[in-house]
Amino acid sequence: MSMRALWQRLAAPIDPPLMMMAALLLGYALLVVSSASFERVGAQLINMLTALLVMRLAAQVSPQKMMYFALPVFVAGVLLLVAVALFGDVSKGARRWLNLGFMRIQPSEIMKIAMPLMLAWYFQRHETYLRLREYVVAALILLLPVALIAKQPDLGTALLVLAAGFYVIFLAGLSWKVLIGLAVSAVAMAPLVWSMLHDYQRSRILTLLDPEADPLGKGFHIIQSTIAIGSGGILGKGWGQGTQAQLEFIPERHTDFIFAVLSEEFGLIGCTLLLIVYALLIGRGMMIAANAPTLFTRLLAGSITLIFFTYAFVNMGMVSGILPVVGIPLPFISYGGTSLTTLFLGIGILMSIHKHRMLVQK
Amino acid sequence: MEFRNPEQEIEGFQRRLTFAGGLVLLSFFLLFARLVWLQVIQHDYYQTRAEDNRISLVPILPNRGLILDRNGIVMARNYSAYTLEITPSRAGDLETAIDGLAQIIDIQQKDRKRFRKLLEESKNFESLPIRTRLSDEEVAKFIAHRYRFPGVDIKARLFRQYPYNESASHLLGYIGRINDRDIGRIEEKDAEPNYRGTEHFGKTGLELKYEFDLHGQTGFEKVEIDAGGRAVRMLSRIPPVTGNNLTLTVDAKLQEVAEQAFGDRRGALVAIEPATGGILALVSMPGYDPNLFVDGIDPQNWDALNNSPDKPMVNRALNGTYPPGSTFKPYMALAALEIGKRTPQQTIFDPGSYTFGGHVFRDDKKGGHGTVDMYKSIVQSCDTYYYMLSNDMGIDNIANFMRKFGFGQRTGVDVEGESEGVLPSQEWKRKHFKKAEQQRWFAGETISIGIGQGYNSYTPIQLAQAIATLANDGVMFRPHIVKFITDTRTGSTIPIETQPLRTIPLKPQNLEVIKQALIGVNKEGTGARAFAGAEYVSAGKTGTAQVYSLKGEKYTEGHVTERLRDHALFIAFAPADHPKIALAVLVENGGFGAQAAAPIARQVLDYYLLGKQPKAAAPADSTELEED
Repeated sequence: MSMRALWQRLAAPIDPPLMMMAALLLGYALLVVSSASFERVGAQLINMLTALLVMRLAAQVSPQKMMYFALPVFVAGVLLLVAVALFGDVSKGARRWLNLGFMRIQPSEIMKIAMPLMLAWYFQRHETYLRLREYVVAALILLLPVALIAKQPDLGTALLVLAAGFYVIFLAGLSWKVLIGLAVSAVAMAPLVWSMLHDYQRSRILTLLDPEADPLGKGFHIIQSTIAIGSGGILGKGWGQGTQAQLEFIPERHTDFIFAVLSEEFGLIGCTLLLIVYALLIGRGMMIAANAPTLFTRLLAGSITLIFFTYAFVNMGMVSGILPVVGIPLPFISYGGTSLTTLFLGIGILMSIHKHRMLVQK
Repeated sequence: MEFRNPEQEIEGFQRRLTFAGGLVLLSFFLLFARLVWLQVIQHDYYQTRAEDNRISLVPILPNRGLILDRNGIVMARNYSAYTLEITPSRAGDLETAIDGLAQIIDIQQKDRKRFRKLLEESKNFESLPIRTRLSDEEVAKFIAHRYRFPGVDIKARLFRQYPYNESASHLLGYIGRINDRDIGRIEEKDAEPNYRGTEHFGKTGLELKYEFDLHGQTGFEKVEIDAGGRAVRMLSRIPPVTGNNLTLTVDAKLQEVAEQAFGDRRGALVAIEPATGGILALVSMPGYDPNLFVDGIDPQNWDALNNSPDKPMVNRALNGTYPPGSTFKPYMALAALEIGKRTPQQTIFDPGSYTFGGHVFRDDKKGGHGTVDMYKSIVQSCDTYYYMLSNDMGIDNIANFMRKFGFGQRTGVDVEGESEGVLPSQEWKRKHFKKAEQQRWFAGETISIGIGQGYNSYTPIQLAQAIATLANDGVMFRPHIVKFITDTRTGSTIPIETQPLRTIPLKPQNLEVIKQALIGVNKEGTGARAFAGAEYVSAGKTGTAQVYSLKGEKYTEGHVTERLRDHALFIAFAPADHPKIALAVLVENGGFGAQAAAPIARQVLDYYLLGKQPKAAAPADSTELEED
């Protein structure tokens, strides 16, 4: 086999527009991570290669095969979550990790993909007969793992899993009446939810409303990241020149708060560029969803695409001080392998759905 | 079963997707708007806050100016020493930390007490000394154990030191840690920026009066800091400027001689250079060691100083007021000459007492002085002469004349805490008393004013200013301690007070009469014994101020307890023809002025004019002296 043929085979399931956006984001990520934490660039390169490999593998798995996996993966995920609740390792006050002896895994991460996969499969199975009952079952399927994750507690992941499942249900066509009804009751339930939140979760919300009330305590993160963004101005202070970032005023500057570093050093121009690439990536994902041949693929592609958006919006919103602080990294940019792998698994699934759209129709 | 319509289904899905897409765009737009708000509209504000975060101004303390005597002898200086300091907010349990430190470094009970006192007065984040003046060995020991003591550190600091210890303590004053009152003074001067980082402030004496000259200009290091407050690099540095030096008119050696002359007696002495008003010595006995206050005084010493019946913290020279006794007489005589109530030759007959309004005013000499003219009245200190003179002059004539010499007014000397004293007059009585019947001046009250008793009450520095003015033929200066201030940066000097306050119009022949009488006092009068064998011609006047009213009884020393004994006074200047020094001495409960105060004056004059070192404290003359 010639090199050319090998390359063609390797590149066959890759969707060029998605790949291009992803590559732009990874390049941007290297630029920002190298400024925020230069010593981590090597590790992040390895994380990126791993994630790309996962993407490539997922891209060649056909949607039919994915449907086979949906239920077992979901059940395994739920069982692992239960195992976490029973035997998990506690770290920083939260029980999130499961020690398998040879490695530590975070089962909640699996749910980010397993959930839309499961619900899309469920709706596909009941495609011919979608009544309120099916939606109620779907909601139960959704809420069980979300509750387990929220209990760990890991509000950020719980929120993302909830969003992923909700997007499937929304795109599957749950009637507007029920949606509005849910929204109204959600507002009515707010006090109850408030009473169930942990103190630190409540304080995060209160901090959002008035970060200056506790400038050296809980408000510190958000005040410092806002200062970083604001002081960046239109053009930014330049790579490696952000005083807030380089003098360690920004907490978790290579992970959850990396957007503050980006904003400080690259300014409004750099932020706008990031928003545009995200928008194009999401747009491409929506195109893939719109053209997907089956309900399963449509729902899966739509949900994954909207999850990308949720990731990006919640993170940037929290760092810029319009949303409460939840532990969600900036998609594709933040340092760390786990979420990057999950994101590229999603990209791979989108590519597979796009590549296999004709085959299904045949 | 319903029929499925795939077309419709896809259409429905796409509508939902479009709706979601709309939400995505709306959300991103919202985010974009937020970024524009932060990065464009509010940019300047956040830019400033980022700079504030990044840059810290670290004050660099200036060296405090020195205090030098007129001959350049250092009276207050700085030295660098290591201190062991605790920052309470970071040190955890303080008692445990101090106990731990005590195992490696000598920490005594008084150090602990002083630390506790500082702790009460300070804010939690300040670094407070637990031990000062560590030896090199102690520094090394602590450094080896440093890891065990968070919030404890060794610091090199400049300390104020007064090498003469108790000598001149009332004059120099001392510095101590800044308190709220000091902050008030700093704010009054709008000097807060210059006091950033400063921990000490002048508390009394010259240290307080010239605080803003001595302090110097605080320098600043502009450093970039990280979020932990650690300095990352220096951006710029403005060096501090050492405080200005004070050069005094005081002669430190003379000051010491004067203090030693007092021995363990209480009292005050003020010596002035008549031609300039410069203070040569300002003594208040007993003194205290100002060095005790610099690092914060320990409670034991503090109590001892505060509760001592000798009141060592009171500056008697400025703050104490005493009746001048017979030292008032020369001014009375001068007043009589000036307003024509007496001529020098005019005589009176003194039978030993003077009766006015049914009240008998006694003369100290039993049987009286006989025929007395002005010269004899001063030399022998005849009371009856002045009882009569007072009555002839009237209280307001006396007051108006005495006011010119500064009696009953603050001299304006450059140390705080001066009392006003009392120059009695009709007006003073009206103002001073509340009840109408007490506000009236009785003619009988005038009689004892003439011999420096009654309501008369003056500070020793007023007495010194008056005799200096007399010695200087009526040319009056504001007494002052600082001769000039030296700008340590440029070396230029700012002289203090070179012009006289005023010149009292006095007839030269009248002055001559009084001066001759004062010379006579030391030659053949009440001061003759103290000045026997002096190698210079001096002028003087003894005085005894009653503490205890004897109501007509004959005063005998042995009968009254020491604290109720009379105060002894002496005023003098020398050499008589060209005075280089004028002084006032007061010995509390010293008895007769001739016995207790004049010998002190003799030692001071001997040293200043001849350089004679006294062998011991001035002896109190034990021989019974009749009069005064």
